[in-house]
Amino acid sequence: MSLFEEYHPLTGKMFQILKADGTLVSGQKPPISDQEIFALYKKMLFIRLADQRALMLQRQGRFGTYAPIWGQEACQVGSAYALQKGDWVVPAFREIGATLMMGISLKSFYLYWMGNEMGSRAPEGMNVMPVSVPVGTQTLHAVGVAWAAKLRGEKVVALVFFGDGATSKGDFHEAMNFAGVFKTPTVFFCQNNQFAISVPRSLQTASKTIAQKAIAYGCDGIQVDGNDLFAVYLATKEAVEKARSGGGPTLIEGVTYRFGPHTTADDPTKYRTEAEIEPWKPLDPFVRLRFYLGEKGMWDEEIENRLTAEAQKEIDQAVKDAEAVPSPQVEEIFQYVFAEMPHPLKEQLEYLKSTL
Amino acid sequence: MAKLNMVEAINLALREEMERDDRIVVLGEDVGKEGGVFRVTDGLQAKFGKDRVIDTPLAETGIVGTAFGMAVYGLRPIAEIQFEGFIFPCLDQINNHIGRIRNRSRGRFTCPLVIRSPYGGGIHAPEHHSDSPEAILAHIPGIKVVIPSTPYEAKGLLISSIRDPDPVIFFEPKRIYRAIREEVPEGEYSIPLGKARLVQEGKDVTVIAWGAMVREALNAAEQLKADKIDVEVIDLRTISPIDSETIAASIRKTGRGVIVHEAAKTCGLGAEIIALINEKALLSLQAPIERVTGFDIPVPLPKTEHYYLPNPKRIALAVKKVMSF
Repeated sequence: MSLFEEYHPLTGKMFQILKADGTLVSGQKPPISDQEIFALYKKMLFIRLADQRALMLQRQGRFGTYAPIWGQEACQVGSAYALQKGDWVVPAFREIGATLMMGISLKSFYLYWMGNEMGSRAPEGMNVMPVSVPVGTQTLHAVGVAWAAKLRGEKVVALVFFGDGATSKGDFHEAMNFAGVFKTPTVFFCQNNQFAISVPRSLQTASKTIAQKAIAYGCDGIQVDGNDLFAVYLATKEAVEKARSGGGPTLIEGVTYRFGPHTTADDPTKYRTEAEIEPWKPLDPFVRLRFYLGEKGMWDEEIENRLTAEAQKEIDQAVKDAEAVPSPQVEEIFQYVFAEMPHPLKEQLEYLKSTL
Repeated sequence: MAKLNMVEAINLALREEMERDDRIVVLGEDVGKEGGVFRVTDGLQAKFGKDRVIDTPLAETGIVGTAFGMAVYGLRPIAEIQFEGFIFPCLDQINNHIGRIRNRSRGRFTCPLVIRSPYGGGIHAPEHHSDSPEAILAHIPGIKVVIPSTPYEAKGLLISSIRDPDPVIFFEPKRIYRAIREEVPEGEYSIPLGKARLVQEGKDVTVIAWGAMVREALNAAEQLKADKIDVEVIDLRTISPIDSETIAASIRKTGRGVIVHEAAKTCGLGAEIIALINEKALLSLQAPIERVTGFDIPVPLPKTEHYYLPNPKRIALAVKKVMSF
């Protein structure tokens, strides 16, 4: 039985390998080696620290409004790790994890949130789309990208991220529907972090799970413990392999929790209490990995401190590098609108320059 | 050379471009087997197959949103929106993604996409089948808006739109889909985007129109010969980016202008053109510019649609008014 049959949404089962206490679910084993697990833990830690730094920079006025990942690291690291070179990531706007996993530099990531579009320019060969702020609109893009690849006979997969709120949008349903009809190699990854800004998951949909929405579109769907790196990775890997071999799209619902605010512009105390957050704290994706790696003798406080120090050094450098990028010249805001600047834009640019 | 109507000319352009470039795919509602509700894509699926001429589910945002992804990946999609009245759900994708991906990614990702849609009134259509939303789209940065006025123009402008590296909204005036027949050469020719066409030279007054209104303007000009008024007619062709130089040069010559469009008056493109004339040719004006437009009301159903649409009579009256100064 395939993973998607075994965990068919109507069974009501959530796929989990690593329990919150760091032990394995009976009959399950880690899908990757301990060395890989350690490397991914290190990556997750780097991402969490880089995310915290972003928040700090925002508070200091050195960063624009920012949407932190805090709590969702396993969803993004585990899923992006299942991709191959040449695959596409189509992010929403909370995807520091997936973005860095695809090889985009932290400097570049910071540059964007500091207010420079050049930070959205993925280097050649790294297929990471710019963030998508209008919620859910990007799901269609991932279908188009994957569909194009399929039409060209290229074995490329598109992985799209969105939240529970996005599943209320028409675009999501049109995307799932198109993907189902044309069997596009698209992996839909819903990070169900329980909130769309202030509105809880229960007010987004009366569906028991988000994963079950896949059924209506003739697609596979699976609910996974989004704080379990192993389950996220394995489910995505199966979905990616299925997509690559012509088996069509999959909807993965990663059940997770957003510990931070929606963005730096909002105040979560207005819509949730500390008591509500409390039960999620032990479910944090780091907690179980520390137990697991600790049991193997691969994690302790000292290792954590060393990794943290190394990461902070790298983050310091990224901040420095991003802040050292000179402010773009005025031409830059005009020159990328079209391949060739049309006459009206030339006139407007000349006018603007004459006023400076 | 074959005499074609606009439907046939557009079909020919699609066929020739699809033969030339295998990255081109056509997608939309009923574009495949049916060949489109106006038969614009007739025979294309039979020739190029279901992977290149794709009947999609009935979802306009889905069509343009996935076409965007296709274009970013490297295809050259041509999406059809069956009627302009159904383009509105797509404005999210057009405004927020299609028009700005080149800029947002600083040139890394681009969107060479054409969205074709029949537009405008005059065919006794049901509700939501007669609108002229070109100014709404022209207001969006990063996209071009093109409207042909004859079969020859349609083929040449569509070829240029397909080859353009940036997204183009191609509005086809459905009222003249079959009303005009003219010689349309086979094979490649193109008409540059962003350049207006001087349809008819004249010395007294400039009439600026596009789409189905060019024919109305020419009819008005013909009538005005009896009044010894020599009308210059400009077909804008590209609504955005607008060819302000051709407009200004003509106004500098004639000193008088009338703008004709089917769309509602308020915030219509006519207002923009007047503003451009003020910037570039105010001192040449001998009379205020007149607008002959639709009204700020929903396009009426067939019984009263004729009240709404600009016609040669209203154009001639406006011309006489500007001549009276």
